[in-house]
Amino acid sequence: MLHPNVTGIPVPRPTGESAPYWEGCREGELRFRRCASCDLSVFEPRPICPRCHGTDLPWAVSTGDGVVYSWSVVWRPQMPAFDVPYAPAIVRLDDGFDMVTAIVGCEPDEIHDGQRVSVEFHDVDDAITLPFFSLS
Amino acid sequence: MNVALHSVAITGAYNTEQARDLGRSTRDVLNEAALGAIADAGLTPADIDAVVATPSAQLVFDLGLGTTRTMSSGPDIEGILEAAGLLLTGEATAVLLAAAKASSFDRSSVAPWVRPANEFVVSHGLITPAEFAFMARRHMIEHGTTAEQMATVAAQIRNNGHANPEAIYHGKGPFTVDDILASPMVADPFHLLECATTSQGGCAVVMTLADRSADAANAPIWLLGGGSDRIGPSYQTSPSWDRVGFHGDDTVAGYIGRRAAQRAFGQAGINPADVDVCEFYDPFSFEIIRQFEAFGFCGDGEGGEFVMDGRIALSGEFPITTDGGLMSYSHAGSFPQQLQRVIRGVDQLRGTCAANQVDGAEIAIASNGGSGALYTEVLLMGSAPAT
Repeated sequence: MLHPNVTGIPVPRPTGESAPYWEGCREGELRFRRCASCDLSVFEPRPICPRCHGTDLPWAVSTGDGVVYSWSVVWRPQMPAFDVPYAPAIVRLDDGFDMVTAIVGCEPDEIHDGQRVSVEFHDVDDAITLPFFSLS
Repeated sequence: MNVALHSVAITGAYNTEQARDLGRSTRDVLNEAALGAIADAGLTPADIDAVVATPSAQLVFDLGLGTTRTMSSGPDIEGILEAAGLLLTGEATAVLLAAAKASSFDRSSVAPWVRPANEFVVSHGLITPAEFAFMARRHMIEHGTTAEQMATVAAQIRNNGHANPEAIYHGKGPFTVDDILASPMVADPFHLLECATTSQGGCAVVMTLADRSADAANAPIWLLGGGSDRIGPSYQTSPSWDRVGFHGDDTVAGYIGRRAAQRAFGQAGINPADVDVCEFYDPFSFEIIRQFEAFGFCGDGEGGEFVMDGRIALSGEFPITTDGGLMSYSHAGSFPQQLQRVIRGVDQLRGTCAANQVDGAEIAIASNGGSGALYTEVLLMGSAPAT
């Protein structure tokens, strides 16, 4: 069973740009930015919309639902702290953005192209909570 | 065709010994590589007036080159194209590109340079094999590309290294497709023997204009065309196959390098069918299949079949990665193995390969980067100037 790796792993270092995203994870919300001018969903936080170059990008909260776009099953870990196997994936959110995450709560061979998945959050330490996805 | 690039030649090329552990410092290996390439070009250090190295300033300092033009790009194909610009604008007359890495690391983890540090990927255990696996998986889904097709690529490259006395995995084969598929899984669909190795080593190249090439000890190798494409930062954002920009061309990230290849072939006035040797960058087996499609050697989705009928063998129509590449020859960090794709092309066109020489090779393509890293660089070289 794939489970969330949260013990002893390298923790993300939020920046001023990304802090609202990580605060959202802490509160159980998957946040992204949506361009006020052209409505493009922008995931990794940036100060400009790559489509219309608008700079008003208010934060929005994703439904956390999407599909598996691509994935791997890793047996040679990034660091020994990661239990193997784990399944990093690109999830394509219904809200119109892709993100790198990991699939948990199923066997590796249950992951398929286009599979419906939903976000779930797991605490790493007192400051960081990570978004994972499980089969819907 | 009157292309300024056609008056630029690679006149010196040098590889140090490559090994899992050289027992030397990176700095020592870099200096050897630089001096080796300068000597191979028939020049002296006093002739070098521009340097791109890892790091440039230290090399200028160590070799006592005095005031020297340095470049902010790296010693890879992109660096070669930018070095050509320095030569063509008259800012330099002889450019040295040098790269080395000889630092050791804890082998209980994957190599440090394959562990992305970015906040959006690091905590999910991303490693470069997984980033590239995302791309391979999409190709398998959309085109039915198989594990056997990818393993066929890996077996060919590793057998090239097996036969090459200069490769760190010389004599470790030969390998069958079944051997590749029986090796431990690293990041599905990539088995261990489908991934680049990690090692230590250095290399360097010297470039001059045509009027200086007569100094060279070996025949100059001519630049025919080149290009470099990037669609975003490596290992910080999702490497989605269908990622596109919003302005400019509509090449998807999965085919990164297509624009560069079209530019390179256009400059050279040739087609993929004219290429004799494909010194493709081989971080993972699938990337060879992808490059045949991206660069126009076959149609989209046809790469898996394209590699299956002996075409990529040393005796085939398009021999690939003939020294053993990143999988078997050497993969020493970020830059040496990129510049080594070019050096292998030079050796093939000079006809001086210690093993796996492709008889009569006149045109070689070299590449750097890959889809999982969201960039690809392409260089076409010839044993004769472009006509």
